[in-house]
Amino acid sequence: MAEKRKLCLSAKGLTKVFGFGKTRTVAVDNVDFSFYEGEVISIVGESGSGKTTLSKMLLGLINETEGEIFFLGQKRDIRSQRNKQEYWKNIQAIFQDPFSSYNIFNKIDSVLLDCIKMRGGGNLPKEKKIEMMREACSFVNLKFDELTNKYPFELSGGQMQRLMIARIFLLKPKILLADEPTSMIDACSRATILDMLMELRKEIGMTVIFITHDIGLAYYVSDSVYIMEHGKFVESGTPDEVILHPKQPYTKRLINDVPKIYEEWDLSTVG
Amino acid sequence: MIHTLQQIFHSGKFKLGFAIFTSLLAFIFIYPIFIPEAPLAILGQGTFFPPGIYVNVYDSLDTSKYIINQEGAAKRRIANKLSEDDRVAIKEYLVAAGVDESRIDITNTDELLQQWKATFDPKRSIKGFTNAKRNYYIRLNTALQSLYSTGPAIIAVNDPETNTLLESKKVTVTEYVNVNEVPTVRIFPLGTDNFGRDMLTELVAATKTSLQIGFIAGLIATLIGLTLGLLAGYIGGFVDDIINFISNLFIVIPPFVLLVLISFSIGQEQRGASTVAAVIGFTSWVWTARAVRSQVISLRNRDHVNLSKLSGHSIPHIILTDILPYIASYVIMAMILQISSGILAEASLSILGLGPKTTEVPTLGLMMNWAMIYQAQLQGNWWAYFPVLAVIALIAFSMNLMNTGLDQVFNPSLRD
Repeated sequence: MAEKRKLCLSAKGLTKVFGFGKTRTVAVDNVDFSFYEGEVISIVGESGSGKTTLSKMLLGLINETEGEIFFLGQKRDIRSQRNKQEYWKNIQAIFQDPFSSYNIFNKIDSVLLDCIKMRGGGNLPKEKKIEMMREACSFVNLKFDELTNKYPFELSGGQMQRLMIARIFLLKPKILLADEPTSMIDACSRATILDMLMELRKEIGMTVIFITHDIGLAYYVSDSVYIMEHGKFVESGTPDEVILHPKQPYTKRLINDVPKIYEEWDLSTVG
Repeated sequence: MIHTLQQIFHSGKFKLGFAIFTSLLAFIFIYPIFIPEAPLAILGQGTFFPPGIYVNVYDSLDTSKYIINQEGAAKRRIANKLSEDDRVAIKEYLVAAGVDESRIDITNTDELLQQWKATFDPKRSIKGFTNAKRNYYIRLNTALQSLYSTGPAIIAVNDPETNTLLESKKVTVTEYVNVNEVPTVRIFPLGTDNFGRDMLTELVAATKTSLQIGFIAGLIATLIGLTLGLLAGYIGGFVDDIINFISNLFIVIPPFVLLVLISFSIGQEQRGASTVAAVIGFTSWVWTARAVRSQVISLRNRDHVNLSKLSGHSIPHIILTDILPYIASYVIMAMILQISSGILAEASLSILGLGPKTTEVPTLGLMMNWAMIYQAQLQGNWWAYFPVLAVIALIAFSMNLMNTGLDQVFNPSLRD
């Protein structure tokens, strides 16, 4: 089965260093990985373990210090603005904080219109564009007619994050990087949003990379799990291997730290 | 937008500053409608006429007369006729003649004249007084005698045939004219300056020019600072290094020295108001560039900028729509400060004689320069410089108030 899987995103010796001298911090330390097409990958780790830096490097928002990233088996070249824009047609992201993800001066329509433009639909008739936006909004249970002429900050956090998914619905990228998409949202909306994401994945067959600190969520959604500690992958494999039979003490601690209902919280392993 | 404006006008400081500034502006635009005089027209022959109402003496002779018996009028007339120099001279004589100095009060006209009458003797020679001085005191005594005269003054005209004076009018001490009936009256609310120009008209024109200079300078400085700051902050790397190097150069050399040197090298003939404004603008963009750069650096890694990148926007588009609106309030505040410091810079340059050409337009700094050259401050001609100072202070004060008010609105941690 492994031979059939096509390589989607992989990296060799990926390293990111911030600062120099006394302030030198290695955020991502010599990381290798191979993500395959159609998989749901979870990268789990504490705050500050380098998850977000890794995701920004994968998105091409910051440059890697060392190492190489391969996209669809070929070395990624995003030095020119044109190449970058081409690359971003294939990889998209949902950010952690929906409240800071939108430009507060732009209306919601423009967010969605940008996506249609990016898919080459800039010259479509207006009715067609509205039709597409309405479809995208109804997919995430938002009413497009209520959203037109509204500003993003007039929505709730859950609605904003669903609008993000509507963006992805219109863009149909090959890879979606979801950087803690549900950490700022209450538990009820969280389930809805995750369901929507999974449904969308099925529909357009994209690879989803979940960046999360919630190991329960990782077990629930992913095909493979990577545990990250201090910028390194310390453990990886299927969720059954990693989460049900952890080998590393760090993984064990992460699993132990998940609060459980009807059970006393074991604080002895913390710190 | 409307909400922001409401918030801005909720701030007391902004309201006060705005009120001062708009009333200044309104005055500048309304005044020339009512008094459309050339601001640099020379009206008075002589320097520094004090503020007041000037009644034409010649025309007042033909104006209908009113007899008014005013109590104390004679006393006031005598007190007014006796000049400050004469009083001092009288005191000097009295002291030399042996009157106790503590008993002499030169402000009390009555007592002084009585003491003079009692002491003065034309034949008496006082030790230390020259002959000329003695003669001066004799003349002064004759003049003092005529102070008490209550007879009418006679106005005479010259008869061209016989070349003799013919009495045409008598003016008695109780005659008055109504100022409203005199056909030619000139009011100088702020007096005249050293060239005999109406200070108020000149001041209004000068304020207008200075504000224009300030606006042009502020606009240039803000545009340069904004552009360089945006480029340095957003693009970073090599561009940032170069822009930082240039702005460091400008910071190390004090801008005022630069301003003086550039103004001097341009030369007196080439320095119009707009040239001076441009020079000020080109030397004062540094801090705007610095501040904008640091704001942009903190903005460029925000999620909404990342999202905009992921949405395929170009760098100019991102700078214009995702960065600029977020720093717009800050830039406007910086611009207000730039305008007020532009006005101050023009005043400082002009007072050194490096301002705009002196023959075309007055500016606040030029008016200060003229007052200084003609020693208004030494002669006590306060009207030649104090109103100018007050206007400069008001402009700077109102703009800083508006700036602080805006700061409070856009930076909620400063609200009181």
